[in-house]
Amino acid sequence: MKRRDEGSRSERAARLVLGAAVVTAAALTGAIFLYMVVLAFPLFAHGHVFRVLTQDWAPLQGRYGIRPMIAASLALSFGALALAIPISLGCAAFVTMLGRPKPALFVRRFVQTMTGIPTVVYGFVGVFLVVPAVRDVFQAGSGRCLLSAILVLALMITPTMVLFFIDAMESVPKEYVLAASALGAGPAEKFLWIVLPCARVGLITGVLLAFGRAFGDTLVSLMLAGNAAVFPSNLFHSVRTLTAHIALVIAADFQSLEFASIFACGVVLYTVNAAVALVAWNLRSRVLENHP
Amino acid sequence: MRTKTRFFAMLSIAVCFSAGAVFAGAYDVFQGMEGTIKISGGTAHIPVMQALAKEIMTRYPGIRITVAGGGSGVGIKQVGEGLVDIGNSGRKPTDEEIAAYNLKVHQWALDGVAVVVHPQNPVKSLSLQQVQAIFAGTVTNWKDVGGPDKAIHVFTRDEASGTREVFWEKALKKGPVAATADVVPSNGAMKTAVATDPAAIGYMSVGHIDASVAPVTLDGVTPSVDTVRNGTYAVSRGLYSNTKGEPSPLVKAFLDTLHSPEGRAIIEAQGFIPVP
Repeated sequence: MKRRDEGSRSERAARLVLGAAVVTAAALTGAIFLYMVVLAFPLFAHGHVFRVLTQDWAPLQGRYGIRPMIAASLALSFGALALAIPISLGCAAFVTMLGRPKPALFVRRFVQTMTGIPTVVYGFVGVFLVVPAVRDVFQAGSGRCLLSAILVLALMITPTMVLFFIDAMESVPKEYVLAASALGAGPAEKFLWIVLPCARVGLITGVLLAFGRAFGDTLVSLMLAGNAAVFPSNLFHSVRTLTAHIALVIAADFQSLEFASIFACGVVLYTVNAAVALVAWNLRSRVLENHP
Repeated sequence: MRTKTRFFAMLSIAVCFSAGAVFAGAYDVFQGMEGTIKISGGTAHIPVMQALAKEIMTRYPGIRITVAGGGSGVGIKQVGEGLVDIGNSGRKPTDEEIAAYNLKVHQWALDGVAVVVHPQNPVKSLSLQQVQAIFAGTVTNWKDVGGPDKAIHVFTRDEASGTREVFWEKALKKGPVAATADVVPSNGAMKTAVATDPAAIGYMSVGHIDASVAPVTLDGVTPSVDTVRNGTYAVSRGLYSNTKGEPSPLVKAFLDTLHSPEGRAIIEAQGFIPVP
């Protein structure tokens, strides 16, 4: 009797400590958001929330809009995803069912190693290999452009996405695949009609997380995208992402509206990434309900 | 025999002492000092800061000196807020900055800001007007300024750069910089950008120029240590190290060393002109 009391007491204590940790973590995240809104306030007061988000960047003319940066970040992330999704699907399919065991294992190990490479290495490779190549092949500008950044960023998010895709595909129940085999389906058919639909939610989660990584990446875009604060209208334009803008302007005078603009960038980044994370989380918990 | 040995012993001790006196010189002030000096800011200053820090730290292991970049704006801001002990800037802090942060300004070198192109670029001389037109984006092809038929790739620096500020004021005469120009975040990044792009034009600290980039003669004056020193090359600036109020003894010793013969030798070896 007494022992059980003690047990429940220690349990209560543990719950209290863990609960406090959760509340603190959540409060910190919330506080960061509030902090950014407060610091971006001069800018919103100066113009209009709407104008900050829709105007162009011309500090000398008194315009501190971050529209070009939002557009650049979105163009870069979606461009990288468009390139990386097919490659990742192919890799994951090869590893899980289409490839022979030995090459498949090699690809799996290779991809796992790639996830460990730091971002700055991708940036360096980009500066010395991709930028000159893009410049020489397309003869349109300095080679520091949306396209160069998309190529390198796609390479960077592919390994993570492949691992997520492999997970999703491997969790498809074997019976379904065997049943399809019994009906005479070939490997490609099984992949297209059984594995892909069954792994749907896992695949989407992988894509969402990769998007979050691409949208939040700083180094690759800072080193490769050129950083001109103009609206991206083609692949060869020098562009500045939200993250690169923060990195470039953070040293400006505290009191200036330029400086306040980085908090507007922070708010946008935060909101988009939080939304993506929430959707991914939601999907994942739905999967867990379906396959307990 | 014994006296002879004793004589040699005495002699070698004497030689050691005198040699010590000759070679230690300026670094003697650090004798018995301990502590940390945190430095950040202007990227032009970094080679000098690192060389001097190395000399001091190898002699006196009790002293730790860290050198970071960030740009002139960062240097002024961080020293003002007490995050670092020395904030470097490639421009003189404004009167407002000095007043707001109670800054003490120490100038120790003169540096030019040179227009640079790729070494293979045949254009080695431009007028100030041509440079202004190129940076404004009105001249966009190298053939218009006597080069090959290739689009010009303009590189500029970030908002917080002292190099940019000096170049904009003294070379561009506060004229516009094309919004489509590529932006790089440091002198080192500028060198990499121009060195790897045959059609590039940019600007950087004279002290940072090496064989990988080629300086451009401006209105007939070649940017070099000599032309900056005698004032014929006009696009020049001081290199400053700022402290918040009076520096601590350790920081003061560090700043004083910049003016010693040894410090001046380091500054000259890095391509700057020691001042005063």
